[in-house]
Amino acid sequence: MREIRYLSVAAEGPAIRALQADTDATYLAGGTSLLDLMKLEVLNFAQLVDVNAIPLTKIEVSNDGARIGSMVRNSDLALHPEIAARYPLLSEALLSGASPQIRNMATVGGNLLQRTRCYYYRDPSTACNKRNPGSGCAAIDGYNRNHAILGTSDHCIATHASDMCVALAALDAVVHTQGPGGERHIPFAEFHRLPGDHPEIESVLQHGELITAVSLPPPTGLRQSRYLKIRDRASYAFALSAVAAALRIEGNLIRGARIALGGVGTKPWRAVEAEQALVGKPANRATFTLAAAETVRGARTRPHNAFKVELTRRAVVRALSTIRGAS
Amino acid sequence: MATDLIPLGDPSLRQKVRLELVVNEERRDLVIDGYKSLLELLREELQLTGTKHGCELGECGACAVLLDGQLVLSCLVAAVECDGRSVQTVEGMQNGPTLHPLQSCFADAGAAQCGYCTPGFLLAAKELLERKPDATRAEIAEALSGQLCRCTGYLQIFEAVEAAAAQLRGGR
Ligand SMILES: Cc1cc2nc3c(=O)[nH]c(=O)nc-3n(C[C@H](O)[C@H](O)[C@H](O)COP(=O)(O)OP(=O)(O)OC[C@H]3O[C@@H](n4cnc5c(N)ncnc54)[C@H](O)[C@@H]3O)c2cc1C
Ligand code: SF4
Ligand code: FES
Ligand code: FES
Repeated sequence: MREIRYLSVAAEGPAIRALQADTDATYLAGGTSLLDLMKLEVLNFAQLVDVNAIPLTKIEVSNDGARIGSMVRNSDLALHPEIAARYPLLSEALLSGASPQIRNMATVGGNLLQRTRCYYYRDPSTACNKRNPGSGCAAIDGYNRNHAILGTSDHCIATHASDMCVALAALDAVVHTQGPGGERHIPFAEFHRLPGDHPEIESVLQHGELITAVSLPPPTGLRQSRYLKIRDRASYAFALSAVAAALRIEGNLIRGARIALGGVGTKPWRAVEAEQALVGKPANRATFTLAAAETVRGARTRPHNAFKVELTRRAVVRALSTIRGAS
Repeated sequence: MATDLIPLGDPSLRQKVRLELVVNEERRDLVIDGYKSLLELLREELQLTGTKHGCELGECGACAVLLDGQLVLSCLVAAVECDGRSVQTVEGMQNGPTLHPLQSCFADAGAAQCGYCTPGFLLAAKELLERKPDATRAEIAEALSGQLCRCTGYLQIFEAVEAAAAQLRGGR
């Protein structure tokens, strides 16, 4: 039997010091991505530092933007009236994820760092570079239906499974941290790492760095938005492909656009080229179709996930058309 | 109480830990193996076996309980996280010999077949109706979406919740 130590802390300082003192320790928030994987012996930490008592639970919304404490529960964030009014894309993405029970437990910080749902990653009897660096990737030659088509490497093709993060990517969020080296403010696009040669390293966080908050700039021109999630059943399933889109349309011309994708990238995927293909163009189906093609340009498919290319194109067109229809 | 126990705060999860929590409105003072989940605490330490072991991975809802009034999955809550907190399980739903309206409506509507999923559904529905006494069918379906049932096909469950909601609104 393995020994696991447990420590509950009520402030940031002691949390960070506890991790600094032990390279085999990790933070425990809602536990919905950590405790299941510890039961499966995919993750084997020697110490859990429970951060649930740290009061990073505020949601502040003003004309300058929003600041969301890292311990805010996914359900509280999704249902917060000002978040729902000013950042409906974020609420919609959150409510499309998991189940009410899990959203009650899941925190913002934990959601950012949730582990992939690659079946092989979750099964310690298989080869997996993310779980066991250097062991190979069972998914590349195996069953890869839920795997990524964008941002993959020869070492890992696992998706980042979060819905919330897709909205945060589209909304230009910033992740705020506190760590042994002080505070950091990390632009969302830089927070998650591509797998490359080291799929086991998923973000730029250093050991012991604690996520304290996520902030959002004012939602200027982004209120017409849509989170469209395509999955195997209508609720309680991870995305096969998901689109977070926002448009600012003036007259018939697109003046601003944001597009991010979920379920298809090895990290929450911002589709900058597709946004550029939209701006200045008429808001019609022809434009949307061109932009949709941009989102999957460079996609690298595998035997079982090639369907995601067309699925994603169509999802992008549908999300943009829905926004257009509502505006 | 033995004195050589490691106090809460720096226990090793292999060792015994001492917890004080309220379960179904009754204070409990426990000394348990530190590695246990809340689910195991309820079933193995308190013999409250109404809460079910399902997937153990957050996927099925069989283990759902109310923790400080919030619906959570007890298989993914470490027991050591529950010191000082309040838990409600299916055993706490009835009032003496009288079933909770949700319980009687589940029985009347045939909303349980094997019954394995029922405790989780009852608590999820209870939490919903306390928050939204006139929840719509869509809101009921959404609130119960993390509870899986392999027998009933869900229709009877939705009908039972609606019937119970009507009874509860009627002040019965
Ligand atoms: C059955 C099931 C279905 C799901 N479906 C979906 C879905 O459809 N869409 C979706 O988006 N998600 C889904 N999820 C995932 C869920 O959203 C995540 O598990 C959850 O957001 C993780 O948050 P947590 O607080 O529970 O994290 P934890 O499990 O506590 O932690 C996860 C990781 O984050 C680290 N961590 C936590 N907080 C901090 C912090 N403040 N600073 C630094 N590190 C930290 C932990 O050390 C750990 O490594 C599902 C989960 C389950 C079990
Ligand atoms: S895709 Fe990544 S997570 Fe899945 S088996 Fe390959 S290396 Fe592991
Ligand atoms: S046993 Fe907890 S969700 Fe299945
Ligand atoms: S009654 Fe059998 S699982 Fe629901």
